[in-house]
Amino acid sequence: MIGLEHYLTVAAALFVIGIFGLFLNRKNVIILLMSIELMLLAVNINFVAFSSYLGDLAGQVFTLFVLTVAAAEAAIGLAILVCFFRNRGTIDVEDVNVMKG
Amino acid sequence: MLSQDLTTIMPEIILSLFAMGALLAAVYTVKDKAAPLLVWITSGLFVALAFWIATTGEGTTTAFSGMFVDDAFSRFAKVAILLAAAAVLVMSQDYMAKRDLLRFEYPILIALSVVGMMMMVSAGDLMSLYMGLELQSLALYVVASLRRDSIKSTEAGLKYFVLGALSSGLLLYGASLTYGFAGTTSFAGIIEATDGGVSLGLLFGLVFMTTGFAFKVSAAPFHMWTPDVYEGSPTPVTAFFATAPKIAAMALFARVMHDAFGRSVDDWQQIVAFLSVLSMFIGGIAAIGQTDIKRLMAYSSIAHMGFALMGLAAGTAFGVQAMLVYLVIYVAMNIGTFAFILSMEKDGMPVTNIASLQMYSKREPLKALAMLILLFSLAGVPPMLGFFGKFYVLKAAYDAGLGWLAVAGVVASVIGAFYYLRIVFFMYFGSEQDVQLDRNGSPVLWGFLVASAAVMILGVVNLFGIEPLAEAASLALVN
Repeated sequence: MIGLEHYLTVAAALFVIGIFGLFLNRKNVIILLMSIELMLLAVNINFVAFSSYLGDLAGQVFTLFVLTVAAAEAAIGLAILVCFFRNRGTIDVEDVNVMKG
Repeated sequence: MLSQDLTTIMPEIILSLFAMGALLAAVYTVKDKAAPLLVWITSGLFVALAFWIATTGEGTTTAFSGMFVDDAFSRFAKVAILLAAAAVLVMSQDYMAKRDLLRFEYPILIALSVVGMMMMVSAGDLMSLYMGLELQSLALYVVASLRRDSIKSTEAGLKYFVLGALSSGLLLYGASLTYGFAGTTSFAGIIEATDGGVSLGLLFGLVFMTTGFAFKVSAAPFHMWTPDVYEGSPTPVTAFFATAPKIAAMALFARVMHDAFGRSVDDWQQIVAFLSVLSMFIGGIAAIGQTDIKRLMAYSSIAHMGFALMGLAAGTAFGVQAMLVYLVIYVAMNIGTFAFILSMEKDGMPVTNIASLQMYSKREPLKALAMLILLFSLAGVPPMLGFFGKFYVLKAAYDAGLGWLAVAGVVASVIGAFYYLRIVFFMYFGSEQDVQLDRNGSPVLWGFLVASAAVMILGVVNLFGIEPLAEAASLALVN
């Protein structure tokens, strides 16, 4: 029997993979966008699992909002990335370093 | 009840309809030629809405089954946000027109982010919190990279986007855990669920959400994005980042902590106090070596957020009142300071190097004097208003039994005074430089600079009466 804990474990694992993808990735900014998407989807698994466990619809409504926002976020992220590529000619993470901080 | 709900959120509806209508109208007609007019209309609308919200709102009303709360706290924050945004918008007009940056999207994006901020401060549910936060952030990511042919500006936008999305993700993970362990997304339900102590799952949710908020208010140790974004963005955008979004994020932080977790103050007090101490010291110490005034203002804002968090850490109604007063004073100071930074130019090009201010007082004694007052106020030197803001939060922390936090705040403000006074030193006693700033200055910027400096001195009398308003706001939140 697959219970709530299993779903939460998967979601937590995916979330942590997403965070590690953001911090350990030294290659490509696109991978950052993928990691962000992974984090948001892990959260969605959490919401749906809780929603089904609690028998409460609010979690699934929240999931739909999160999906919509994730799509808008990806669009804006890619747009900024395209502008950056036009100026810099590269999308390597190591080259995002004109300012040091 | 729908009509009543709609009446409650009428200011937000008007502003979002205006933003969408203006976007359509400008795209299909004269495009960027409409920008100067749109800037004035948008800021006029901001001021009108602020006036409307301040004069008509009464008591506490909720809309959409508790998702949206209209109370004295949200009205206070909304008026402050709208006025700050209007001021920055008017200030940016001249600078952006000169650099060919004044696109018609700029006022529209600012209007959309302000709608998001108004949603944030009125949120009564995790869902409306998230939607407001994202509306604000998504608009701000675009504004940060507004100068799309500059490497610095697009890099600032990219960094802000990646770290902002990370913080939204953390916040959302916390929200999902809170939902799961409280069984509801509404703040009123969550506070019921915390009645007999906070369960471990809720505690995890609380910690993740706090992390997300700390990113948004740029509190250390989640402040890494701030200096880069402040430096890279066009200066008017930096001025905007340093004002309205800070009020919104802090007000949202306070709302979640008190409305949803108000019965478990002991659980989050230590975290917020820790964020506060770290921000004050990191902001103060890291600013010392800066040569770029925009980066310096970034570290200054980190330190100031530390002080505002001190008010929140007190966990009392007086603490929230102190936080609100502090934020309003901080924003008033920052508007004046950025009016000055916007007017710094050499041969028509913007200059942000602190060394270019050497012996500035000889050439522009009045402007230097106004800046001196503002810098003293930022540092918290007694006769100025900035001192009273600091005094308020220190008193709140001390009254709440956080004596050590108040002592740390005093030490941090002494450290912080050094880098503000260094600028004053340059302006009055520096060495003659060949790089000299132009003696220009648009009357609008000059007006904001002088008005802000005057507020810092005249406000000492009675803080312009914001004290009772902030008190009413804090009592509406904490009970």
